[in-house]
Amino acid sequence: MWGDMAATLSLVIVSLAGLALVVFDAFNNRHVATPWIAGLALLAGFIFEIVGLGGPEGTAYSDMLRTGGSAAFVNALVLGSGVLTVILSVPYLKKIGHNIGEVYALILFATVGMLVLGAANNLIAVFVGLETMSICLYILTGFVRSESGSAESALKYFLLGAFSTGFFLYGIALLYGATGTMDFSAMKAGVEDGGGVMFWGGVSLLLVGFLFKVSAAPFHMWTPDAYQGAPTPIAGFMATASKTAAFGALIIILYKALPTERWTDVLAVFAVITMVVGNIIALSQQNVKRMLAYSSIAHAGYVLVGLSSGLVEGYSGALFYLMVYVIMNIGAFGVVALLEWDGKEGSEQTLDSLAGVGYRKPLLGWAMVVFMFSLSGFPPLAGFLGKWAVFAPAVDAGLVWLAIIGVLASAVSAYYYLRVLVVMFMKTETEASSKLADSFTIPRSSAAVIVLCVILLFVFGLTTSVIELTDGFFQSGSVATVLGP
Amino acid sequence: MLSDFIPFFIQLGIAIGLSFTLLKAAALIGPKRANVIKQGTYESGMDPIGSAHQRYSVKFYLVAMIFIVFDVEIVFLYPWAVSFREFIAAGVGPGVLGVIFLFVIILAIGLVYDIKKGGLEFD
Repeated sequence: MWGDMAATLSLVIVSLAGLALVVFDAFNNRHVATPWIAGLALLAGFIFEIVGLGGPEGTAYSDMLRTGGSAAFVNALVLGSGVLTVILSVPYLKKIGHNIGEVYALILFATVGMLVLGAANNLIAVFVGLETMSICLYILTGFVRSESGSAESALKYFLLGAFSTGFFLYGIALLYGATGTMDFSAMKAGVEDGGGVMFWGGVSLLLVGFLFKVSAAPFHMWTPDAYQGAPTPIAGFMATASKTAAFGALIIILYKALPTERWTDVLAVFAVITMVVGNIIALSQQNVKRMLAYSSIAHAGYVLVGLSSGLVEGYSGALFYLMVYVIMNIGAFGVVALLEWDGKEGSEQTLDSLAGVGYRKPLLGWAMVVFMFSLSGFPPLAGFLGKWAVFAPAVDAGLVWLAIIGVLASAVSAYYYLRVLVVMFMKTETEASSKLADSFTIPRSSAAVIVLCVILLFVFGLTTSVIELTDGFFQSGSVATVLGP
Repeated sequence: MLSDFIPFFIQLGIAIGLSFTLLKAAALIGPKRANVIKQGTYESGMDPIGSAHQRYSVKFYLVAMIFIVFDVEIVFLYPWAVSFREFIAAGVGPGVLGVIFLFVIILAIGLVYDIKKGGLEFD
């Protein structure tokens, strides 16, 4: 047991820190040390996972969780996203007057769920992780109870999330009925003997549950509402960490439990719908947070392109894309969170409220330039390399049409990403100044996070070493064509 | 496979049919002699005072939540206690005891939080 705990030290640290934080907050309400405890615990977990990246892969807790390899990679992304979210949250929550200690405890507990989800080796672990994560995120979405918008989005997210959990659980039940096991590797036998109606029914329901959590169309309806109502740094956390963990679990299930080419067409169709719906609807958004929400839907589609190739290169490319996606979105949501302080105009989060920000706050303006160009996939930024990493395997797998649709969709996306920059820079300063409220100062901590994201986007755009690392998580060769009826 | 459940469905049909038949039969052939006492809300209890549609403090939901937590605790503790002798016989007694202590401590943290935040204070 102690060996298992040592192997999943990040999970233990974050869990204990979460419990300690609840007790600490009960006795010292709104103490300044609360975010520090949360941030340092997440950072300790992050360092542990980074060290574990190069180590051997293994399992812990009677094969319930995986350690090292792709599990360590996904967990490092989740924990890194958590650290940055905590740093961005402190000034934001102080500004809106809700800097309560429970937020940080909930971020820690949500992270625990994501760590279990990303490292799961068993459907029960997937479910427990998914629920721990989701319940904490429902509360985090709506904890600004006085705002009716926040409560509304939390309720929508909760009802739809609970509904999708039903699909997920029923899928697990059917899969257990068909194969008699919850373990990923053992479940492979169900694919090998062709599976029955019950098996494929279970797999389909499981897929619906996953596609909901990664907000792929047509299960994306909750995303814009939830992101719009949630406090902005928390929305960034939901957009990055929870999607990363859910995709991490989906990739491993496709790779270990269901290696069959049956997925190629199904996932390709979902990828097309998701990319088209996300990008087209984002075009008409006037609210910056809703725009980013639809963009995150579109990005889920790009990741699905990598998965639908059915090649290990696609899976490792998807993992790399998730890393880039985390960095870009934490940065973009961070900038939006800071601009919301910009008086009444800013708190409405409309695109027009960004007018002239590029001149008045050059740091935020230029950081947003980098994030938007990276989101739309311009070289030499990491977003380009990420898109290449997911589209190239699709071409290799013969899905040229899918890659063409993906590239066309990202061309469409450039319109709404660059429109943000047009508003920020192309409006003259005098024209803009009428819209501007009192000046505000950028907290150093938030500025540091945004600069870090910018630097990372340049660094990962110029080196392929991370893709080589993620390639090493999977055995080479095609998984999809090995098996299947 | 579904044919294994045929007896179950037959029994389900009988149960539903019987209950509806009895209800309907009682309504059809039962004598109906209503009077004031019989029609009261509580036939042999006190007379109701005022309307039941009243506002009350939602603080009760906190009590309900704590109750559920400790209810679930019993669900876990009871089977644990029943099988504890077998754990001792298998030589894993101290470890299993430690696990259940951890479980109770986690629950207790929730209770401490609730009390400190004033969840049990009614004003």
